[in-house]
Amino acid sequence: MAELPTIGGSIAEPPRPELEAVDAPPRRSVLGGLIRWELLLLAIVVALIWIGAAVSPVFLSPNNFGNLVAAVMEVAIMSLPMALVVIIGEIDLSVESMAGLSAALLGFLFDAGIPLPVAIAACIGVGVLGGLFNGLLVTRAGLPSLVVTLGTLALYRGMALIILGPRGISGFPTEFTAFGFGRIPGTPIPWPFLVYVGLAVALGFLLHATRIGRKLFAIGKNVGAAKYSGIDVQRIKLSLFVLSSTVAAIAGVLLAARFASARADLAQGMTLTVVTIVLLGGVNIFGGRGTILGVALAALALALLGNVLRLTNVSAEIQSISVGALLIVSVLVPNLARWVGSLFERARRGPPARAGPG
Amino acid sequence: MAETSAVPAPSSLGRIGASLGRYRELSLFIIMLVLGALVALQAPQFISVSNLSQVSTLASIIAVAAVGQALVIITRNIDLSIESTIGLVAFVVADLLAKHVVDVPLAMATGVALGLLLGMGNGVLVAVFRIPAIVATLGTLSIYRGLSFLLAGGRQVTLTQLPDGYTSAARADLFGVPIFLLVAIALIVVVGVALRRSRFGRQLYAVGSNPEAASILGIRTNLVIFVAFALAGLFAGIAGVMWGMYFGTINASAATGSVLQIVAACVVGGVAIFGGSGTVVGAGLGALFLGFIQNALIILRLSQFWLGAIYGVVILVAVAADAVILRRLRRTQKRRPNG
Repeated sequence: MAELPTIGGSIAEPPRPELEAVDAPPRRSVLGGLIRWELLLLAIVVALIWIGAAVSPVFLSPNNFGNLVAAVMEVAIMSLPMALVVIIGEIDLSVESMAGLSAALLGFLFDAGIPLPVAIAACIGVGVLGGLFNGLLVTRAGLPSLVVTLGTLALYRGMALIILGPRGISGFPTEFTAFGFGRIPGTPIPWPFLVYVGLAVALGFLLHATRIGRKLFAIGKNVGAAKYSGIDVQRIKLSLFVLSSTVAAIAGVLLAARFASARADLAQGMTLTVVTIVLLGGVNIFGGRGTILGVALAALALALLGNVLRLTNVSAEIQSISVGALLIVSVLVPNLARWVGSLFERARRGPPARAGPG
Repeated sequence: MAETSAVPAPSSLGRIGASLGRYRELSLFIIMLVLGALVALQAPQFISVSNLSQVSTLASIIAVAAVGQALVIITRNIDLSIESTIGLVAFVVADLLAKHVVDVPLAMATGVALGLLLGMGNGVLVAVFRIPAIVATLGTLSIYRGLSFLLAGGRQVTLTQLPDGYTSAARADLFGVPIFLLVAIALIVVVGVALRRSRFGRQLYAVGSNPEAASILGIRTNLVIFVAFALAGLFAGIAGVMWGMYFGTINASAATGSVLQIVAACVVGGVAIFGGSGTVVGAGLGALFLGFIQNALIILRLSQFWLGAIYGVVILVAVAADAVILRRLRRTQKRRPNG
């Protein structure tokens, strides 16, 4: 077989910028520097709105906007803490199962006559415990988060099924279900959007304006250097797993409210969408880079795409294909840009003695 | 079997991997025997020939896919799209047969070739375009599944549309051993020996344990990774054909969620998720082990709802055991630098 042409840097992990570059914008090549990821996402969002308005008269109606936002609320909420987890170089695949476990527990407790506020508190408690379990296995036992959360992906879903079985619990009080699919009076905005905005602002501030945020990037870029510079890596990792799991539990409650029914199989397959939003948002899968703004724009782009495709009666299958393609393209384009950029650089400097890193 | 020991002048890491591997396959086998005996005490029909062949037939499909997955994981990558490949292949083969486009052998060959093609697609994304494997195969997981749905358009191929005897062949046996089990064993032996004896096998482990060192040594890491993904697709294609034969009635969502089981089989079988160690025998035994657990639940009349939770615990115990053993081995290595 012929030698395969290659693009970019080393094979296992991309070259990581040094620690002193923590506060500086990520290193970019000539062409890459011209394209800020968030700008590109914004262009995609604008293009989707333009296409949507062109293909469907109802697209720009406030009601439709409310619908398209409501449809992605749970995955969008879970994508925010997931972004932080990925930025420190870990991953949490168990979020969809934690959402399912939380919904199942809610249904079970409500069915047993426990008052709803107590049941919701219990769900959040389970989220904290599940996150501690994930986090302790990663930090104390030193196990890879990919495998740990693959295990708890199965475990938490299994627990949800054990608790609730194949039943669906409905008959929740209307004020609860209204929070799920109702709108803020006088506006088309769904209530859970408030949860999302609150979380996005809080985590955006934490990540981009505080010392803790800089520590997160430092851990993601070089965990060894972060440790030696006195950052309590283990505690930060543990807190992020707890945050991710707790938010997933809240998303599970919201999901049960939106569907007005609690089932053990709720949120199945959502991790895929959550991770897609995070990566599409420009967060590096190996950690060290990403913004909350990018993740929020990616969630909006995904919501718009789904809505436009639905309004144009494009089948759900095409939707799944386009989400997958979008994910691949979102990594492919910067890679190609870097490659083209390095070609320019090489042409400018003349032939190098040996090929530099991509 | 310990492939890593075949690396010339085994490094200390190689030796750790080898002893770990030997430990894992043997211990997994013993656990299965003990567990089997315990279940059999409660329900003697567990060790009946008919039950054992039923368990191993289904587990063989997962085992074949797990062999391909193991090749990819050994190179420090992962293929999440494998379940969509199985589903797409199973549907395409069933559809070809139901429409009488081609005869049975050609349909099967088409399915395997399709699997290879889809695997090569992953390989190009990862090895040529340098997209991290988890991202690329997460993308193709939904793309390949989307293709299935697009092709099916809500249809399903039912058992009665398939040629006579096609699905019953899935339950056939040779001297009492299920055909599917023989297929899985044959593939495991071929791949196992190839990993042990061939240059490619050694390169696979070298790329997985240290990509930089491997490329400095002149190994074409990209080519090795591309081939690993292509082979994973090929094995997923074979598994897809088997899946279609076994279940008969196939719709576009066939094999959804099975990637969890396939990766779990590898993890339980001692294929380290960070690459460089593990054997295909381990992956195969891991698949069999998971199949045994599922069957034991049915035999013991326990709720199937326990299955997910038990799989989760098994994965966590397996990976924790790996970590403990590795830590202990490192400690002994440190004490006796050359021992």
